[in-house]
Amino acid sequence: MSNPQQLRYTKEHEWLSATDENGVATVGITEFAANSLGDVVFAQLPETGATVTAGETCGELESTKSVSDLYAPVTGEVVEANQDVVDDPSLVNSAPFEGGWLFKVKITDEPADLLTADEYTAFAG
Amino acid sequence: MTNAPRHTALDALHRALGAMMTDFAGWDMPLRYGSERDEHVAVRTRAGLFDLSHMGEITLTGPQAGQALDYALVGNLSALAVGRARYTMICDAEGGILDDLIVYRLAEQEYMVVANASNAQVVLDALTERAAGFETAVRDDRDAYALIAVQGPASPGILKSVTDADLDGLKYYAGLPGTVAGVPALIARTGYTGEDGFELFVAPGDAEKLWQALTEAGADAGLVPCGLSCRDTLRLEAGMPLYGHELTTATTPFDAGLGRVVKFDKEGDFVGRAALEAAAERAASAPPRKLVGLVAQGRRVPRAGFAVTVGGEVVGEVTSGAPSPTLGKPIAIAYVDAAHAAPGTEGVAVDIRGAHEPYEVVALPFYKRTR
Repeated sequence: MSNPQQLRYTKEHEWLSATDENGVATVGITEFAANSLGDVVFAQLPETGATVTAGETCGELESTKSVSDLYAPVTGEVVEANQDVVDDPSLVNSAPFEGGWLFKVKITDEPADLLTADEYTAFAG
Repeated sequence: MTNAPRHTALDALHRALGAMMTDFAGWDMPLRYGSERDEHVAVRTRAGLFDLSHMGEITLTGPQAGQALDYALVGNLSALAVGRARYTMICDAEGGILDDLIVYRLAEQEYMVVANASNAQVVLDALTERAAGFETAVRDDRDAYALIAVQGPASPGILKSVTDADLDGLKYYAGLPGTVAGVPALIARTGYTGEDGFELFVAPGDAEKLWQALTEAGADAGLVPCGLSCRDTLRLEAGMPLYGHELTTATTPFDAGLGRVVKFDKEGDFVGRAALEAAAERAASAPPRKLVGLVAQGRRVPRAGFAVTVGGEVVGEVTSGAPSPTLGKPIAIAYVDAAHAAPGTEGVAVDIRGAHEPYEVVALPFYKRTR
């Protein structure tokens, strides 16, 4: 599996897009994470307007075998949660880097240790 | 028990198929090959192929093999007809369940006991000890067999295309020796999915040939390889207990609602008889907790160990839970206080990480196939 070069990554297996002109970036989980979880059956995403803090939990993804916390890769305000994923959580498995994105966040602060695609690929193995 | 995981005879094949593997009772087993939901649906609607070689086989032979099992287990195995199988249990002297088993009578003086992988050593040790006074030999056959299951409505047709054995004459819970795809096999009509299906006990050296033949024979019918993840959701929907979850040494068969497997009317004493008679009386007069089904009204999934509550008070505990592909909702099996165990009881919830999610009490099983 390949991790898109234009994204940045966390060790919690989330990805973060480049910010748009309003300072908003899109967040999702990686294909590696989606494969590890198995079929996602329920996504609890942060609500629009909520403040999330880098490294802290902001939701959960439930699969057949387990539940996993969702960590915020950056600090900021949630401007949109992906209603398509709430309605059909299997999007996280079928298109983790595209239609299976989780939420959009207007970044106010970001940690210095976000990984490049190559660094993440080496980390995830 | 820090040994490296054991591998079945089909290990290389699983890896070639891209299986995600998991440690299960000391064995490296396929958890799933692709989507466990798709595998589950395949077994419910078409057919699935499972490697169950981790299961533990123990053979008893000799003129008193049946009597030895009558003493060692809670069932009446000496009365079992040759070629038939029985679901039964082995209990300790206090009536606690050591394991649930399937016993096949292969010949007048030969029985095969199939134990869960996690309990195989315990069962072997107990059978060896309990059979000591009988004219029978207990043999560890764990390495003598690979076990491949083909399960699902299309499984009879698939199996028929690779064997001349009389499958139409093979009833549920029966087994007969035969040849499948040129390989000698014990063909059993048993399973743990709630569907029609077969379990094939073969020599480990023949396992790959059999697996490949079944894969080819089932291709047109939509057979897919299936891992332990969907096996768990299939058995959960079918209301079948799993050792370590619904069944433990702290549970008697009566606690688990499976008192019917205990045969008090058989001849002679058996291990646990006195304790089980007391347990049967308790269960009849004042059951402490009952095993029930729970169906979610929401989408969060209950897991083993989660508390069942009514009005904030704990009234039970979830033993197994998962999203049900067939119902499209989370389901659980739970031990619940008798006062709240009737189907339709109002106000029952499961504490899912602090939130009391509403659940409906239902009778087990959640799913029953149409015959």
